[in-house]
Amino acid sequence: MNRTVFVNARLCDPASNLDLTGDILVEDGLIVDIGPDLVTQGAASDTETVPCHGKLLTPGLIDMRVFTGEPGTEYRETLGSASLSAAAGGVTTFIVMPNTEPVIDDVALVDFISRRARDTAIVNVHPMAAITKACQGEQMTEIGLLKDAGAVAFTDGDKPLANSLVMRRALSYATFFDALIVQHAEDRTLAAGGVMNESELASRLGLAGRPALAETIMIERDLRLVELTGARYHVAQVSCKASVDVIRRAKAAGLPVTCGVSASHLTLNENDVASYRTFMKLLPPLRGEDDRVALVEGVADGTIDVIVSSHHPQDPETKRLPFAQAAFGAVGLETLWPATLSLVHAGSITLERAIDALTTRPAKLLGLPSGRLQKGAPADFVLSDINVPWILNPDDLKSKTKNTPYDERRLQGRAIRTIVGGKTVHVLGEN
Amino acid sequence: MSDVEHTIPVNYPHRHLLGIEGLTSAEIGSILDLSDFYVGLNRQVDKKRAVLRGRTQINLFFEASTRTQSSFELAGKRLSADVMNMSVSSSSIKKGETLIDTATTLNAMHPDLIVVRHGDSGAVELLSQKVGCSVLNAGDGSHEHPTQALLDALTIRRRKGRLEGLIVAICGDILHSRVARSNILLLNTMGARVRVIAPKTLLPVGIERMGVEVYNDMREGLKDADIVMMLRLQLERMHGSFVPSVREYFQYFGLDYEKLAFAKPDALIMHPGPMNRGVEIDSAVADDINRSVIREQVEMGVAVRMAALDALSRNLPNEAVQ
Repeated sequence: MNRTVFVNARLCDPASNLDLTGDILVEDGLIVDIGPDLVTQGAASDTETVPCHGKLLTPGLIDMRVFTGEPGTEYRETLGSASLSAAAGGVTTFIVMPNTEPVIDDVALVDFISRRARDTAIVNVHPMAAITKACQGEQMTEIGLLKDAGAVAFTDGDKPLANSLVMRRALSYATFFDALIVQHAEDRTLAAGGVMNESELASRLGLAGRPALAETIMIERDLRLVELTGARYHVAQVSCKASVDVIRRAKAAGLPVTCGVSASHLTLNENDVASYRTFMKLLPPLRGEDDRVALVEGVADGTIDVIVSSHHPQDPETKRLPFAQAAFGAVGLETLWPATLSLVHAGSITLERAIDALTTRPAKLLGLPSGRLQKGAPADFVLSDINVPWILNPDDLKSKTKNTPYDERRLQGRAIRTIVGGKTVHVLGEN
Repeated sequence: MSDVEHTIPVNYPHRHLLGIEGLTSAEIGSILDLSDFYVGLNRQVDKKRAVLRGRTQINLFFEASTRTQSSFELAGKRLSADVMNMSVSSSSIKKGETLIDTATTLNAMHPDLIVVRHGDSGAVELLSQKVGCSVLNAGDGSHEHPTQALLDALTIRRRKGRLEGLIVAICGDILHSRVARSNILLLNTMGARVRVIAPKTLLPVGIERMGVEVYNDMREGLKDADIVMMLRLQLERMHGSFVPSVREYFQYFGLDYEKLAFAKPDALIMHPGPMNRGVEIDSAVADDINRSVIREQVEMGVAVRMAALDALSRNLPNEAVQ
């Protein structure tokens, strides 16, 4: 029997309405007891003890949006290297997007991801499968079989499902399996050629813009289809105020709709692009400050359900280019938690809401057993020092590529120990 | 060849000329004053100065250009620089060499000045971060074309005696134009009143917040204008993507005598070239010796580029670099 007790931690879990100082007992990868003074009640002598010094212990973070290069472009990121990055960032479960080579659109490929993750990753990895074959937006995938094989949701990843008829059928068909349909919402015809947010700044820089309304238009169309079909629908990332408003109204009307936002979009804005910084070239693009503030409010009031990293490793050669030619995307697994904590420190969102958006809600959306500190739940949790100040050095990142927008930023708070299935997979300062 | 160098003081405390943005009116005025001197020099028999003797100037053009490249080449040669022209065709980029590779390769040859034109906004600034010499922006994407704005300003200032208070109407494809952006910045800095006139499809988002008055109607926008600055409309943008057809564009946005009549009687007509006659400008208007200063702009171009090269060279190190 393998028993570990984590003593004297601030246990915080919105899912169980828990916020107290106490201990947590783990046996064979599961949480078997939680409460104050477990140790004095007499833990067995074969139990390993980990002192937590009153630090914050929460469920491990669940990141719903991660891109890797496995299979196909392993030089960018493998499931293994992404998992090192995740562990360092306090993420105990991440969901990979199907935009690999080949696309995850077949049962055998879902199997491949699960097996590779089991063999090479130190955190839990689940795939989202494609909604359409090769993410081409035309032919539906085997949603039922893929779900049975382990796909936690369905998305064409960073490709919007543009065809209204295909979207209608996918939503309609998905209801039978209670599958979650995840959309990257953007009308690509309206955003054609754009490389940053359409704005005065883009005009000054001489860069073609992607208007925010390209996102809102597609969300509005999809919401009509959700109303029609009753399917569970999730917008992978909202990036502007209008989208938040539209989703707030849809939720008020009782539609089964949820959405996410990236930590980058909550903490950065388009002005960070100034002087053509390609590490700030994201999709959706960073918007104006008004939009960023609206996104933070959306998280605070629960309109935006989850916060994701939208981790997207890019080879330096695809970033060391003129802005228009550079690739979209930034790594984010290791900054998801610190960036979110910066909003807590600023008083913009509560710590409980931050934890909820990073653990409880994604677990609920995806039907995962983790994301809570409860007896019988997997022992996936993270011990954090939420106050420690530090400066991000890109060379310290565990990810294979270092394209972080937080290069040299001053951050406050980070994971100090990450536990997956009762096993410690990361301790700050150790490798 | 004159032995007395640097007799005219210049106020330009920058290493590069990447754009008009960030320059003060004093710095712009100083470059224009120096340009005036070179206009005079260029009209003499002996046009040669030793200002750049021993210096190497590389003209690195990623986009085809005849007039800007020859203007920079002539400017460098008249100042005694060793000038090398490099046209990097798109095919050699396809061979895999990136902009940064090209920059570091050229940098190893110890140039003193690199003049760069590139099709992407921000590309010249990116290159300037990777080289040890001075960089002049000869046009980057839709971003800036500072020497064009300077030569336009010089042309106006010599004709009108000032820039301050003049009404300058910039007409045509503002959206894609680096010439328009640099001119808006420069003319605003120098106190002119800038108007832009274009169909809404050719106006960038937020243009009204860049210190210009926005018009869609040529007749309204040209009213009382001192300067009418026409822009080139690229061929690929004429047929349906931004405007429906050439004849419709010319009808509403092309400069002809009828529309010109709304401007001041002594209004000057300018165009950065090359012109599309019958598209954005009527041929007779373009050639009107009483109104059009289009050829004068070309002359001013050489002088302005000499002034820019001269100004930058004064900040170059004179000692050997180890």
